[in-house]
Parts: sequence; C-alpha cells; structure tokens
Amino acid sequence: MDPAYSKEDDAFRAEVRAFVEANLPPDLAQRGRYDFHPHRDDQAAWTRILADKGWSVPHWPAAYGGPGWNGVQRFIFEDEMRRAYAPTADRIGSELVAPVVYTFGSEEQRQAYLPGIRLGQTFWAQGFSEPGAGSDLSSLRTRAVRDGDHFVVNGQKTWTTEGHHADMIFLLVRTDPNVKPQAGISSLVVDLKTPGITRRPIWTLDEGLTVNEFFFDDVRVPVENLIGQAGQGWTHAKFLLGNERTNSAEVPHTRRDIAQLREIARIERKNGRPLIEDPIFRAKLARIEIDTKSLEIAVLRALTSEGHGSASVASLVKVRGSELRQRVADLAVDALGDRGIAVNVDPHAEYSMVGQADGAGPTPGHGIGIAAKAMFRRATTIYGGANEIQRTLIAKTVLEL
Amino acid sequence: MDFNYTAEQDALRDSVKRFVEREYDWEKRFAIIRSAQGVAPDHWSAFAELGWLGAGLAEDAGGFGGSAVENALIAEELGRGLVTEPFAAHVLATQLLSAIGTDEALALLTELVMAEKRIAPALQEPNGRGDWRIVETHANPPESPPRLTGTKSLVDCAIYADSFMVSARNGKDTNLYLVNANETGVNLHPYRTLDNRHVCDIHLNNAPAQLLATGKHADQAIALAVDHAIVTLCGEALGIMDTALWTTRDYLKVRKQFGTAIGNFQILQHRMADMMIEVEMTRSALFHALGAMDGNDAARAAAVSAAKVQASTGGLFVGQQAIQLHGGIGVTEELNISHHYRRLFVIARQLGDADLHLARFAQATDRVKKADAD
Ligand SMILES: Cc1cc2nc3c(=O)[nH]c(=O)nc-3n(C[C@H](O)[C@H](O)[C@H](O)COP(=O)(O)OP(=O)(O)OC[C@H]3O[C@@H](n4cnc5c(N)ncnc54)[C@H](O)[C@@H]3O)c2cc1C
Repeated sequence: MDPAYSKEDDAFRAEVRAFVEANLPPDLAQRGRYDFHPHRDDQAAWTRILADKGWSVPHWPAAYGGPGWNGVQRFIFEDEMRRAYAPTADRIGSELVAPVVYTFGSEEQRQAYLPGIRLGQTFWAQGFSEPGAGSDLSSLRTRAVRDGDHFVVNGQKTWTTEGHHADMIFLLVRTDPNVKPQAGISSLVVDLKTPGITRRPIWTLDEGLTVNEFFFDDVRVPVENLIGQAGQGWTHAKFLLGNERTNSAEVPHTRRDIAQLREIARIERKNGRPLIEDPIFRAKLARIEIDTKSLEIAVLRALTSEGHGSASVASLVKVRGSELRQRVADLAVDALGDRGIAVNVDPHAEYSMVGQADGAGPTPGHGIGIAAKAMFRRATTIYGGANEIQRTLIAKTVLEL
Repeated sequence: MDFNYTAEQDALRDSVKRFVEREYDWEKRFAIIRSAQGVAPDHWSAFAELGWLGAGLAEDAGGFGGSAVENALIAEELGRGLVTEPFAAHVLATQLLSAIGTDEALALLTELVMAEKRIAPALQEPNGRGDWRIVETHANPPESPPRLTGTKSLVDCAIYADSFMVSARNGKDTNLYLVNANETGVNLHPYRTLDNRHVCDIHLNNAPAQLLATGKHADQAIALAVDHAIVTLCGEALGIMDTALWTTRDYLKVRKQFGTAIGNFQILQHRMADMMIEVEMTRSALFHALGAMDGNDAARAAAVSAAKVQASTGGLFVGQQAIQLHGGIGVTEELNISHHYRRLFVIARQLGDADLHLARFAQATDRVKKADAD
C-alpha cells in the first residue's frame, strides 16, 4: 500500500512479520523495548533463532551464509525487527567487522571469524578511536610491533561500544611510524582474553553502560590475526565507516520510536483529552513523520541505485538520520509531560550505574527508559563520524567547495 | 531600566561564588548527588546564615530588603556549580507566604528564612503537565480541619520537609493549605529527576490540612509566587548556560585534532557564536522579566513567560551544542558538560515548558494590549 514498496516487497514484509510473530520469545521482546542496552544472552538467543532460518546475517553475500536479499529487503527485514522490539544482533560483528573480513581477509580468517558471528556466538568490538584520535582518526597511536610470530600491541582505545559484551576486538593499529599517517595503519583482530588487556567502563549521561576504554599493555597477538596486508588498515576503516554511516540513518529505529511515541500519546492526557489529539503535539509529530518518510525514501533510493555505498549519500542520511533520532526521543519526553524529567528505572537493566536503589519512577509503564534514551541520543550526532565532519564531507566531495 | 548591580548585589554574588568554589567542587558534588537525599546536610543552614534565604524578600515581608533580582542572581551563581539545593522551591514557598501576608503566613515565612523549618510548595499535579493552574486535588471543607485528597507531583524538598503548601480545589475556588508531613493520609513516593534532584509525588488521602488562603487571594499569591520561582529558574539556567559556554570555549582551545586546536575550525567558531547569542538573549529576557516583577499582572506574566521560553529553548541549544563540541567526552557521566545539559533539560520543563509559556505570553500580551487600548 505504501507506494515506496512493490507487491513483492509487501509479501516479503508479511513473511518476515509472520516469522517474527511465531518465533520471537515474548520476554525478549519485553526487554527489547529498552533496546539500546540489550542483553548479550538475548541477542545471542535471537541470532541463533534467525540463523536456523538463514536470516541472521542479512547483509552478507550468500556464499558466507547471507540470505541473498536485495537492499530493500534488508531494509524491510530490519524494519520488522525493530517494529517487534526484537533484540538487535551484534551489529558491530555482523554489519561492520564481517564485511571487512570477507572482503579483505584470507580464507582462513573467513572460516575462523564468520561462523561465530553468524551464529551469535562471538561478539565484537570496534577499536578505532583513541583519546587523542577521534575525528582525526589517522593520528591514532596504538602501536603493533612485529616480534617473531607475534605483534606486540601497546596503547589505548576508547569509546568502545559494547566492549563489555565483546569477545573480540577489531583494532586499528600503527605498524609503521615512518610513513604518512594513513599508510602506517593496519587492521588487527584481537581476542579480548589475551593477557595485558584491561577494560574500564565509561558511564554515560543516561546512567547506562555502552562504551568502554581498553588498555593494551604488551599484548601479544599472532601475526595471522592481521587482516589483509600491513598498511591497509586505512582502506579497511574507510570501507567499514562507509557501511556504518549508511546504516546509521537508522530509519527502522526511528520508525519504531515514532510508533512508541504514538502509544505514549494515546495513554497520556492533556486537558482531559488524549495527547494524540492535541494540535500542538500533532503538528510536531507530523513534522517528524514527514522527515522520517523523506529519509526512508532517500535510504531506499540509495539501496536500489548503482554505487549505493556512495560516501556522499551515506553522509547525508547519517546527518539527517542522527538528528531525527534526537528529535523523536525528545518529543517522547515531552509527551510524558513534566514527569518526563523523572528517572524511570528500567527493571530489566543489566548494568546500572546507581543500581536499582531508586525504585520506580512516576510513570512506570510507558515512561521507562524514555528520558534515558533522550539523553543517550545526544551521542548519535557524535559517533560514526561527527556531523560536523559529515557536513564537510558533503561540501567537499559532492559540492566540490 | 537600570542594568547595573548595586554594591550589595555584587557582594551577594561574590558570597555565592565563593561558597560554590569552596563547597561544590566536582568531587564534592558527586558525593552529594549520590547521597540519600541528594543534598548536603549542612548547606541549607549555611544558606540561611549567609543571608541568601531572605535576600529576595522585602523587609516588611521578613526579608533583607531585596527583590527578585537577588534571587535570580543567587540562582545564577548556584547554577554555575549545579548546586542541587532546591532554591527555586524556596523562592516559591516564601513568595507564596509573603503574598498570602497573614500573621500566620508571615510567622512561617520567618521560620523559612532562618532555615528553622522547611515547607515544600506542592502545586503541580500529574495531569497538569507542568501547568500549576490545573488543580484536581480537592478539599472537604465542611469538616474541621479541612481534609485534602489528590496527588501532587515533582515536589522538591518533600523528603525532608516539615510540611507542604498545597493548592486544592474547594468548589470553584483554588485555595492554599498547609499539610503536615507526618499526618495520616499523607504518602510520599520519592524518585529522582535527570538532574539528580530527589523529588516526590505526594498522595493525599483525606489528609487533615490548615487553610492558608482562599479564592482570588490564593490565585494572586500563586500567580505572583510562580513568576518569582520562574525568574529564579531562568537565573539558574543563565548561570549554567554561561558556564557551559565558557567551559566549551576553553576546551576548544586545548583539544587538538588534525594538528590544530579545534577552536580554529570556523564551523565551531560560528557554533560558539550562536551559543553566546542564546546566552545573551537569555540574560536580556531575564532582565526584562525582573523589571516587570513589580508591574501589573499581565505585563509581568508576559515578561516572565518570555524569559522562560528563551531560557528553555536557548538552554537546550547551549546544552546540546556544548556536548556536541566536546565530542565523545561530552556524553560522559564524569564530565560536568552532560550534567549542565541534564539540568537545562529539566529547567526547560519545570513550571511549564516553552509551549505552555508561548501560550501564556500570547494571552498575557492580549490583556496588556487591551488595557493599553482602554
Ligand atoms: C556513544 C559512542 C559510541 C562510540 N562507539 C565507538 C566504537 O565502538 N568504536 C570506536 O572506535 N569509536 C567509537 N566512538 C567514538 C566516535 O567515533 C568519536 O567520538 C568521534 O569520532 C568524535 O571524536 P572525539 O570524540 O574525539 O571528538 P573530537 O574529534 O575531539 O571532536 C570534538 C568536536 O570537534 C569537531 N571537529 C573535529 N574536527 C573537526 C573539523 N575538522 N572541522 C569541524 N569540526 C571538527 C567535532 O565535530 C566535534 O564536534 C563512539 C562514540 C560515542 C559517543
């Protein structure tokens, strides 16, 4: 019915929805309502169910276990997952690391790393950023020095998303300090159980745990863990970040957040009427829905055109998508009225900075996690390449300014 | 309009500044916000000794001869340190009592100024969505003393208050009542807000109460006192915004990427300029509101709502951009920048959000124009 999708697309959506309805355990969906901090066990369990169906790695080529879907189908699948509050996959493994491994890695590496990701057994972290190397990633300083059959790694990585759940980390390291910064960078995969690695959690403004710091102190990594050739790390990183940005439009997430917002607005009342009937609220919601639709079409256009990974489109939808995520999260707080400012502790939270000492907030059901989500959303315009950097990319590469 | 502060006001500002520097460094603040009540046990009595609790009250109202200017100024400096003591709630309570003006109210006021007693103003309700004028709590007047039933929400300082000042309906009127905290029929549901304040929902179930003011008298007291509390919040927002602005400016000078301080990137310079414009507009809107506090009701309401709109939207912009310009470190619990944003986010929604005050501004402006035409 939506003109953006064909009859076949609609049939595909119906198939996915039926599968999810029949197979998604209700307790997972319940916890998934607050899914920016999903439990690893839930992620693993759901990935396993999807793997049995052949659906756990939608982005991968069929040769490595992907379902062979086109871009629009992948989008629809993701949309249905979010709609049902299914736990997210280990997206760092399946969407970021795996494409680098099957594109640039050796056959041995593909066999070593891909099945664990596809089956939800091995979780990954992305070790790019450092305290001194954020936007200017190529200035990174973590060093890997060859010593016989090993690299010896020393340095620090930070802002490592879901590092507390990860088994493996995909590191960018400096292997050659004597060439141009970009040319001296290599990709190394490291088992996080290797001696010499310590982790420190970084609590964020939502009082939740997402990011971590990792310290590497004479960590010995077998040379076969080098992906591709030494010095190719920058190429891998650009490839990976391009994927991250296209995904970071996060339209399915935003569409789900809008659905959740509509639910809240039906429960909340203003002047004795459901909030959803309030003209000011309606106008704000409408504007967000309009912008989300345009973004959805932009993403679909990119997914169906040639060269859909094109960096400019990726930057463009990343900028708009990340800002939309913030707007919808803020409006959800507004929808709760002045009580939106209360901390509504998520009773399912796996990690909580202050523990459960607080007890329930004033809007326990539909208010849980809403304020925390709005807080954490401030990060969407920073991670995956800050929006200032993306705008400069658009100006430089497309507009040629 | 006189935009200069008096020597006394400068001295007052210095005294708050010194206190914040001494008692509220970042580590001390962390210990305070993690404590059970979210405030330090001895700070409030220190506020009283330093004269801040009566600084914004006229002498005939038991204060030290100041006005809303003093309150905004104290709040601005407290805001710089993100002090969690509920100063705006104190302004609301004292201004209610002063506007009620009965002997009994003035006696309570003296106790509040001396920090001998804590009274938590409880005007907001769950269905009010920040609009203090929506009151569903009701009184049962034929009984003596009257009894109240209903729920008050987001009540600051309720966990340690001796009593609550509650608005409640009696037929068509909204009255003000005093309810003792330890009375039967009073139940507290404590929770925390994003900015680490400890507040309560107060459930009243046929709770005995003492009548303080009725009808028009109560309405006027509430309208005036709420405006005092709002300009206090705007002062606090201004202090936080200004601190976030300059903290970010300092960071841009030291944070290096691409071989240079990020403050050299023009896009960030322009962003900082936009932030500064919001800070200055908030300061101006606050001055305008302070100047209108003694004027007629409609002009006062319009100016106060205008300041609240500016402080809310400007505060959110400055808070968000301060985070953005810090990059990853900006979203951490550890750094003050995310706490600035959290407090600004809350202030933007306390005692009415921007939408509410846009509407109130428009209505009040109609009344001003009508009065001018008459
Ligand atoms: C929640 C979260 C999760 C993350 N997850 C990961 C992860 O899993 N793995 C990982 O490796 N990294 C991760 N990151 C790190 C992220 O990629 C960096 O935060 C980001 O690249 C910005 O770097 P920075 O924080 O050092 O900020 P900085 O680079 O210091 O930037 C500070 C400000 O300066 C601006 N700026 C910098 N350079 C320029 C310029 N040339 N022109 C204009 N403006 C400029 C930026 O836009 C920003 O506003 C995560 C970050 C967050 C917040």
